[in-house]
Amino acid sequence: MTAPVAPPRGAEAAASEANGRSWDFLLSVATPLVLLVLWEALVRVNLLDFRFFPPPSRIAAAGVALIRSGELWVHLGASLFRIVVGFAVGVAIGVPVGLALGAFRVLRVMFDPVLSALYVIPKIAILPLIMLIFGLGEGSKIAIVALATFFVVAINTLSGVRQVEPILLEAARNFGARGFALFRHLIFPGALPSIFTGLRLAAGTALLVIIAAEFVAANEGIGFLIWRSWTTLVTENMFVGFAVIAALGMLSTWLIHRVARLVMPWQGEEIDLASGREPV
Amino acid sequence: MIDTLREPPLAGAGREGVAAKIVARNLRKTYQGRRGPVHAVLDFSLEVQEGEFLCLVGPSGCGKSTVLRMVAGLVPPSDGEVAVLGRGRTQGQPLTSIVFQEYAIFPWKTVRENVGFGLQMRAVPRRERDEVVDRWLGKVGLRRFADAFPRQLSGGMKQRVAIARAFANDPEVLLMDEPLGALDAQTRIVLQQELLRLWEEDRKTVLYVTHSLEEAVLLGDRVVLMTAHPGTPKAEYRIDFPRPRGLELLATPEFSRTTYAIWSALQEEVVRAMEAEA
Repeated sequence: MTAPVAPPRGAEAAASEANGRSWDFLLSVATPLVLLVLWEALVRVNLLDFRFFPPPSRIAAAGVALIRSGELWVHLGASLFRIVVGFAVGVAIGVPVGLALGAFRVLRVMFDPVLSALYVIPKIAILPLIMLIFGLGEGSKIAIVALATFFVVAINTLSGVRQVEPILLEAARNFGARGFALFRHLIFPGALPSIFTGLRLAAGTALLVIIAAEFVAANEGIGFLIWRSWTTLVTENMFVGFAVIAALGMLSTWLIHRVARLVMPWQGEEIDLASGREPV
Repeated sequence: MIDTLREPPLAGAGREGVAAKIVARNLRKTYQGRRGPVHAVLDFSLEVQEGEFLCLVGPSGCGKSTVLRMVAGLVPPSDGEVAVLGRGRTQGQPLTSIVFQEYAIFPWKTVRENVGFGLQMRAVPRRERDEVVDRWLGKVGLRRFADAFPRQLSGGMKQRVAIARAFANDPEVLLMDEPLGALDAQTRIVLQQELLRLWEEDRKTVLYVTHSLEEAVLLGDRVVLMTAHPGTPKAEYRIDFPRPRGLELLATPEFSRTTYAIWSALQEEVVRAMEAEA
């Protein structure tokens, strides 16, 4: 048989597609810039109250000051440490628990209702309890992030295992996979996309939880910075905090996306070898 | 589940000195339906000889896939006996390898890893595995795509991977569950030819489930027609066209006559099945 060859795509089509993509990029960068300029202008002509919405130029200046004084790094470092450690602990427990619940029916019957009931409790609601158990120090902050991460990751992992195609299970069994091999070659890779969905969601939840925890129970951290800016009415610093949170959120999404691409090369986004006319 | 291999009392069940490879006796598979038990397969007996290409045809829902899964040991029969008789068991040779009707290749494994999967599960050494895989990739024309993932392949190429995976595993018998059913007509014809060529090279015992009569007559040595509700073998046709067979067979009056004869019998069944469902 002749090896199928994907026909080369028309150079013209490729060029126009590249054009479209750079245009998209331009739009996605220009829009926020225009909005910032608009904001600055509206404050200058007094259509926006500068006490609530300091102009971007002043926020930037405040940010630079916070960086120069080293204060921003202290807060950022504190929050990052809590998020990273808590997230790691939550993932390290959540993934195995989700896999086990997905793979073993008995465990699922036993624990699924418990998990579902606890999942819907806003984690921040139990912060007082966490603080009772883990004290006022770093322990309680890490624990609340770990807890929030755990539930999201465990539930997504579980559903990932449940979504593995039955026909693939039949195939794996027919070709001799048993026990741990089934896990390694079928269940784990099959659940991976869903696990990464869990990680993405958990990163957002972790950020939310840590900021809220730092509002009420911390002496440093981005949440603390925002809260103190409110009590002292230094709104520029508050907005610096918002910007840092936004950057953290985007960074974590990007990072998780990169890791996902690395771990799941089979999902890639590059053009299919067999695109266009279907070779037989 | 490999315990479908039960040599006595079924050993030596073959006739005329030809060894039987698959033996099914009074197989029954009953599911608990809402209105009482439903017999997906009832009183199903069949012998497939060594080196025979047997096609199982019947209206959809007649239980042909269930029969195949019982032979593979993936579904336990409610009653009756089924056995795949093999002597290679000491060497760890697998009894059955299935080519599934959907694209049941692992999306997270490359073409090479998919084709070598059965060998890997049997702990065949890496170098030997690579050799076997390369040989089969060559035979199905996918050597260039060895490191591609299934996502990057067309439907026909994916199904070639599934076919190579089964052949490379070197089982006692090959089970094919409508392997070309999801393909478009042209791709299907191309793959029928390839399948014929591959099979005629080593003549492994094949149980081939399909709803396409032309396919059954083109490929098979024998065609067994199944009825639906319950799934029971109804008639059997020996197909004596000389091998190697090719597409030109489709143009012969004998081919049309044979296909039509089976179709006439099948037609009653299809109508009956449709009425039963209505």
